Amino acid sequence: MSLINPGFGLVIWMTIAFLVVLFVLKKYAWKPIMNALKEREDSIEEALRAADRAKEEMKEMKLDNEKLLREAKDERDAILREARKVKDKIIEEAKEQAGKEASNIVESAKERIENEKKAALTEIKNTIAVYSIKISEKVLREELKDKKKQEEYIQRLLKETSLN
Amino acid sequence: MSDKSAVIKRLPSLGLLLLFIFFVPASFFGQHEEEVHLMTGEEHQKVEEEEFKAGEMIIEHITDAYEWHLITVGDHHYSIYLPVILYDEGAWHVFMSSKFHHEHDNYKGYFISKNDMNAGKIVKLDSDGNEIRPTLDISFTKNVLAIFMVMILMIAVFVSIAKSYQKRRDHAPKGLQSFMEPLILFIRDDVAKASIGEKRYEKYVPFLLTIFFFILFNNLLGIVPFFPGGANITGNIGVTGVLAVFTFIITTVSGNKNYWTHIINAPGVPWWLKIPVPLMPIVEIMGVFTKPFVLMVRLFANISAGHIIILGFISLIFIFGKMSLGLGYGVSVVSVGFSIFMDFLELLVAFIQAYVFTLLSALYFGMATEETHH
Repeated sequence: MSLINPGFGLVIWMTIAFLVVLFVLKKYAWKPIMNALKEREDSIEEALRAADRAKEEMKEMKLDNEKLLREAKDERDAILREARKVKDKIIEEAKEQAGKEASNIVESAKERIENEKKAALTEIKNTIAVYSIKISEKVLREELKDKKKQEEYIQRLLKETSLN
Repeated sequence: MSDKSAVIKRLPSLGLLLLFIFFVPASFFGQHEEEVHLMTGEEHQKVEEEEFKAGEMIIEHITDAYEWHLITVGDHHYSIYLPVILYDEGAWHVFMSSKFHHEHDNYKGYFISKNDMNAGKIVKLDSDGNEIRPTLDISFTKNVLAIFMVMILMIAVFVSIAKSYQKRRDHAPKGLQSFMEPLILFIRDDVAKASIGEKRYEKYVPFLLTIFFFILFNNLLGIVPFFPGGANITGNIGVTGVLAVFTFIITTVSGNKNYWTHIINAPGVPWWLKIPVPLMPIVEIMGVFTKPFVLMVRLFANISAGHIIILGFISLIFIFGKMSLGLGYGVSVVSVGFSIFMDFLELLVAFIQAYVFTLLSALYFGMATEETHH
């Protein structure tokens, strides 16, 4: 049974070769490979974590954006509302102003008309008075053409005056 | 996210599949070569002794040798002759194995034994005519050459991978690197980390990776029946013994107080198993030695058995061919078919045995470094 009879020389050579390879591989292969693997795993881990963080940030940013948008919308609505109010107010004021103006104009027109009317009436009165005076003058002249009549009239006038 | 991890999980099996595809043509071709080789060997033997001994042929193929037989063309053998280094009776003898002329001649009284226990090894005759081994035989044999070649291959492969790791820092693996990475990660995560524990596994990873790839490379090269494969390294009890001894030494050296307490005075065991007859301690101490012993035998037996079966199937062709030529041809179809099937099985065994040896070593390290958890 030479199969289970280990050759001593082979054992020696095997031990030497195995030790050499173990140390060479340990130093020049396994160590750098293990380090590189670990490094890569760490970097992948780190990248995944960063991605998660980015996702989280993205979510937050989205929320922020939404909030901002909502605020902007609200503000826009408020501004619009305000503007509408201002517009209404302006229109209202304008209307009022216009009404007032119109009534003023009407008023002043009326006044003027009144004044004109008065003036016209006064003039008419004056004219009438002038004519009346002229007519009365002429009538008086006609009436008081003789002395007797003049005296009679004076007498009456005096009588009337003393009566007063 | 789940898709990604599924792909990553599928990677090792993908690598395995690739390996199968890669090695099938080689082993196929190898089968053919083996046949040619055996046929010429058989012719050669027919000339000499007109007899084909399957058992001898098989043992010859799976044991160590002083030359590496490449091919026989006609009557001529082509071999790589290796140096024989002997220390005997206070003197060194160094000569090339070509001096034996293919195991037929003796040189300075030394010759290659054909007897049972020393078959294939250099012996000489003592005064009584018994075969005795020289005091020290540290010849650079076929297996030694194969070991050195595998070691150089391993250094070349893994140092180059280490370089590409450094060159392509934090990038995805590429080429040979991506082929080996699943295996490296498998040993690190599923063998070392799982068996030894998160805290202490790192120290043992280089050793575990080295034995895993050493066994795997040798197993795979052992399936290839021609140079530079064909040397039955992991099916050699000396080689598996050395590996087992390394595991034993590392286990013993890293054994902590808890480990030794469990061996000498196992807690939770009834006192009458320890006093007056220390039954449990004896069993435990035996266990310390049987564990590496079993490691050695398991690998050796598995690999040798696979090779013996394949060689047996091939031998059938010649045994039947001796009866009649037609029968030989008929059997060859079945034999080659079975051998191909066995080669596939051997591929599987190559991985399984490398894995089992590494896993058990890791488990022993884990046991040796385990902290108390009572």
